[in-house]
This record gives sequence, structure tokens and C-alpha cells, in this order.
Amino acid sequence: MPTIPTTLRPWALMLPLLVVILGVVTWPLFRTVSLSLSDAGLVATSGNFVGPDNFVKNLGSRAFQAAFLNTAWFTLLSVGAELVLGVLVALLLNQEFRGRTLLRALMILPWALPTVVNAILWRLIYNPEYGALNSALLQLGVIDSYRSWLGQPQSAMLAMVVADVWKNFPIVALIGLAALQSVPRETHAAAIVDGAGAIARFRYVIWPYLAGPLMIALVLRTIEAFKVFDIIWVMTRGGPANSTRTLSILVYQEAFSFQRAGSGASLALIVTLFVMLLASGYVAIMRRSALRG
Amino acid sequence: MKLLSTSALAGMLALGAAMAQAETVLNGLFMSQSAYSEADVRAMADAFTAAHPDIKLNLEFVPYEGLRDKTLLAQGSGSGYDVVLFDVIWPAEYATNGILLDVSDRITPEMKAGVLPGAWTTVEYQGKQYGMPWILDTKYLFYNKDMLAKAGIAAPPKTWAELNDQAKIIKDKGIVEFPIVWSWAQAEAVICDYTTLLSAYGGSFLDANGKPAFASGGGLQALEYMKATVDAGLTNPNSKEYLEEDVRRVFSNGEAAFALNWTYMFNLANAGDDSKVKGMIGVAPAPGVDGISKISAMNGSMGLGVTKTSKHPDEAWEFVAYMTSQPTQNAYAKLSLPIWASSYDDPAVTKGQEDMIAAARVSLAAMFPRPTTPKYNELSSLLQVAIQEALLGTNTPADALANAAAASGL
Repeated sequence: MPTIPTTLRPWALMLPLLVVILGVVTWPLFRTVSLSLSDAGLVATSGNFVGPDNFVKNLGSRAFQAAFLNTAWFTLLSVGAELVLGVLVALLLNQEFRGRTLLRALMILPWALPTVVNAILWRLIYNPEYGALNSALLQLGVIDSYRSWLGQPQSAMLAMVVADVWKNFPIVALIGLAALQSVPRETHAAAIVDGAGAIARFRYVIWPYLAGPLMIALVLRTIEAFKVFDIIWVMTRGGPANSTRTLSILVYQEAFSFQRAGSGASLALIVTLFVMLLASGYVAIMRRSALRG
Repeated sequence: MKLLSTSALAGMLALGAAMAQAETVLNGLFMSQSAYSEADVRAMADAFTAAHPDIKLNLEFVPYEGLRDKTLLAQGSGSGYDVVLFDVIWPAEYATNGILLDVSDRITPEMKAGVLPGAWTTVEYQGKQYGMPWILDTKYLFYNKDMLAKAGIAAPPKTWAELNDQAKIIKDKGIVEFPIVWSWAQAEAVICDYTTLLSAYGGSFLDANGKPAFASGGGLQALEYMKATVDAGLTNPNSKEYLEEDVRRVFSNGEAAFALNWTYMFNLANAGDDSKVKGMIGVAPAPGVDGISKISAMNGSMGLGVTKTSKHPDEAWEFVAYMTSQPTQNAYAKLSLPIWASSYDDPAVTKGQEDMIAAARVSLAAMFPRPTTPKYNELSSLLQVAIQEALLGTNTPADALANAAAASGL
């Protein structure tokens, strides 16, 4: 049996995987980059080389800037709320009480729901004629008549954030709960004996264990929220008056609705660049916590 | 050797033909919708395959929102459909991109003469036909006869100004809080309502040179009218997030006196199981404007076409011809009115929907087109946003439309 040199063996073993990665990642990426430098249409026209024109045009366009701000606002609000809510729920579910296991299982449900189902569900809740939210708020006396939550720019974006938070806080809570379980009971008990209050215990005993995993949750959720498409597409399609149009929706419209594949590809790459920046933050945190660990 | 190869080739051809004879598979892309439902279309298709056992149909149904993208992408990837349903606003784009087969030669003189003249604009681009009209539709003014009677109003409005007056009476008498409901969500639906008004005010989308012309004259007056009905509390403010089905629900619940919608709402609101206003529904052509127009209507029809990439264009055309034929259309006339002129005098078609037929006779002859341009989709998106900005009060109608015109690049 001929022997393969030892340095080649790992490469030989990796070959199938490399071929797959080349096929499904590298080649499409290469195609996208070459598309983004052309004025190609979606069908029929393969396009001419136009250099960085698409990038210059898109970065300077009002549509892009508005979509970027919408995306950033959505990301900030939803990730912020998910972290706060996630940590609070994790702290609650870490307590000893009857029915805790059931509650932990129930908590995962929203996260397990497909995003499109979640979006349709919330669209019904927000319905201006018979939505549950209107009914509940009216009976509580918070509002004096039914509102069109998805019909006003400000409330439409907030409505989107609430729907996203409801779906995604469980994953933060889950990561938080796992972190909380690694807090040694003895340290916690010792802190109580030393007379530390709830806030002090959280700050000095729990937080050091929670911070690392929470950072990972933060970065993962930020990347996801930045790419948001489906929940918004189902609920408002970017309306009213483009007030909920995010970058992903803009990419879709440019490439598919308006058939400018070249320009759409350049927008997609810009979004990818932002996400890569966020991802490199994630890698840096991982490295730091690995070094510390 | 040559003889051998020729005969082998002939044999292969014969075999191929025999296989084609045995089974031709046609892929069709349709829409899940309310006029002809998926079940109705499948029933029509089954009747076709019963008469053509050698053809197998593979039908796919997608929501309207996905119809165009799916057609374009499937053609782009080469593994496309044979028969596609298309909206009246797409032939320009489809023809420019080589999606649809030019079927001008396949349309027989009988077809040409039998179909309502206005229906052909649905499938035409630069004088050529790219399919057969199938779902003939425009926006009508639906009204609740009971509410009008309660308000002491004798007849539905003839002009848009009169609609406002009547809505105000109904609102003031406390019969319903918001008398008019529309589909003004950020979608093609709002453009359909806007087009109806634009045509009433004698406006135009593009001028003779293809430059935007909607930012002044009738186009501007149409949007100003829309805004005024919102400001006066006559229009249901939720209209800004409504599509046609939302309009139907509100209207069928008896929460509006007037609604602008497609043909399909008539039988569903007037006789549907989920309707609370059964037997109270009247329908009329959308109103006109004093001194400019008697009525208004827009072309909201859809057609069936054969794709350029189809390997069986003859069979595909046969299927299209069957689906759009007078007997098929007459059998389903309660759901969607036929494209055939003589059907409108056929008692089997008109029975039970006399009001609808009467309105259709007038409206279908006056259908105003949305702009015919390969860049329609982009223009429509810009207009949707401009209209919503004006309705939300974040911009004036004049500025919003001017911005859209400037951004259109036309």
C-alpha cells in the first residue's frame, strides 16, 4: 500500500469538505463580487464591468442611508431588550420553585416557532380591527380607541421590535441560564453570609460568570438582527412609507424587484461587510474569554 | 454508414415522438387567490387533462407577491414553467427580457373578434400579443344599500365629490364611524386605487415622451383627494395597512358603507357565508369627476402566457386556449367575469349577479392602463411610498409625487 506523506494526509482527508466549501461558499462569493462590479440585470443581460460604481452610488443613496438607520435602530432596540429580558428571565428560572422545568420548556416555544409563523401571529395581534393588543390596551384603559399599529411609522417599527424580542429573548435566556448554573453555590452562599445584598451578589458573584456567555449572545443576536428580513417582509413589506425597510429588504428589492442584480450584489456585499465586522468582534471576544479560561 | 446513421436518427426521433405522445408534462405557475381559487383552477385543469390524456399538468400556486419573482427567476435558471399567469403590468418587462412567447400568430380571428376589445391591452406590448387575457378585472365602487337607505341617500354617488358628501352624511348620522375603506398598504394595491382616481381626474402617469406626468394635474388631484378623505375622517385610517382582503373583511362585517375593490368581493360580500351584510350589497362603476369623466376604471386584469423556454409550446398554448375559452369562463363566471363579449348577454352567466354585470358593462369598456414600461415595478414602488408619505402627512402630496418622479429615472 503506497503511503501518503503525513503532511498531505490531513489535506487529503479535508478534500471533500474543501470541495464543498469551494462549491457553496467560495464560488458564489466570487460570483457576487464580480456581479457587484457590473451593471448586470437579473435576467437576459449579463452586464458590463463598471468598477466600484455600484458601491459609490449605493453608499451615497438616500434609500441606503435610510435603510441603514432603520436596520441600526431595529438592531439596537431589539437586541437591547432581548438581553435585559433574557437575563431577568434566566435569573427567575434559576430559582428553585415548583413547575420550573415546565416553565423552562415553555420558554423555548417562541424561539422554536418559524419566523414567518411568528410574524403572521403578531400581525393578527396588531390587527387594527380585531387584534388582541388593541382589545387588551382598551380594556386596561391605556388607549381610548383602536390603533393602527402597523400603519404608523413609529409604532410599526416598535411593533416589529416587540415581535422580534418575543421570539428571540429565549435564546438569550437559555445561554444566561446555562451560565448561571456554573456559578458555584458555595460562593453564592458565602456572599449571603457576608451580608451582600441582591444587587451586590449580582454584580460581584453572578456577573463574572454571566458576562462572557452574554457577550456571545449579544454578538450572535446583533448579527441576526442586522440581517432581519422575514419578520418585516411578512408584517409590513417595509411600509408604511418605507419606515421599516431594512438593508436586507433593500437588497431584495434592488436585485429581484427592480432586476438590478449588479447593484443588488454590491448592496449585499456591503451588508456582509457590516456583519463581518460584527463577527470579528465575536471572534475577538471568544479569544479573550478562551485566554482567560 | 450514412444510411445506418440516418435510420438510427429517424428511429430515435420516432421513439422521442412516441414518448412525447405518451406523456407531455406541462409546468404551470398560478396564483393562490380569491377570484378563481386553487381548487377551481385545478378543476379546470382536470377537465383539460380528461380531454387530453397525453398531457400531464404540473401546477404550482404562489401568492400574488411571489408570482413575478418566481417567473423571472425560473426563466433565469433555465428550468422554467411552460405556462405562467401574469399581471397586466408585466408584459413590457417580460417581453423585453424574453420571458414570454409572442403568440400573435396563434390567436385566431374568432378569438380576436369574440374577446372584449379592452381586454387585449392586458397581454399586449408594442402591438404584439404575449398571451390570452384570463381574469378580467377592474376596481368597482361597492356600497351598503341598507346604510345608504338609513342615511336617506337615494342613489350611489356619480362623482368622487358626491361620494365624499354621502360619506359625510353617513358619518354625521352615526351609522358608521369611517364610511369608506380602501386598500392603501405599501403594495401594488394602493396603486390600483390611485390609478382609478388618476383616471377620473383625467391625469396620466407618463407623457408622450415617457417622462413622469403624475406629479401635476390629475395625478396630483387624485392624491390630494385621497388625503382629504383621510383628514376629514371619512376614510378608515387603517386603510394605510390594508390589502384587498382586509377591505373585504371590513366591508363584509358592516363596518363601512363604501369600498373600492375587485369583482370577487361582490358575491362573497353579498352571498358569502362569512358576510354580515348578505343581500345588502350594491355595486357601481367607480365614480367620475364633474366635467372630466363620467366614471373611472383601471385595468387590473391578468393573462395566461406561454414561456419562450417551453419545450412544448403547442400543447402549452392548447392549455391556455382551453383555460380562457368561453365555456370554461362561463362555468366559473360567479368568481370572475368572462373575457368574451357575448357572455354578458348569456342568462346563465348574468343570473344572480345582474348588478355586477351592469357595472361591468360600463367599467370594463373604460379600463385605464397603468404605465407600460419595463421599469414598472420600480416606478410603482416609488409611487407607493410617495402616496403613503402624503397620507401619513410626512410630506405634501405635491412634493411626495415630485420626489417620486425625480427618483424614477424615467
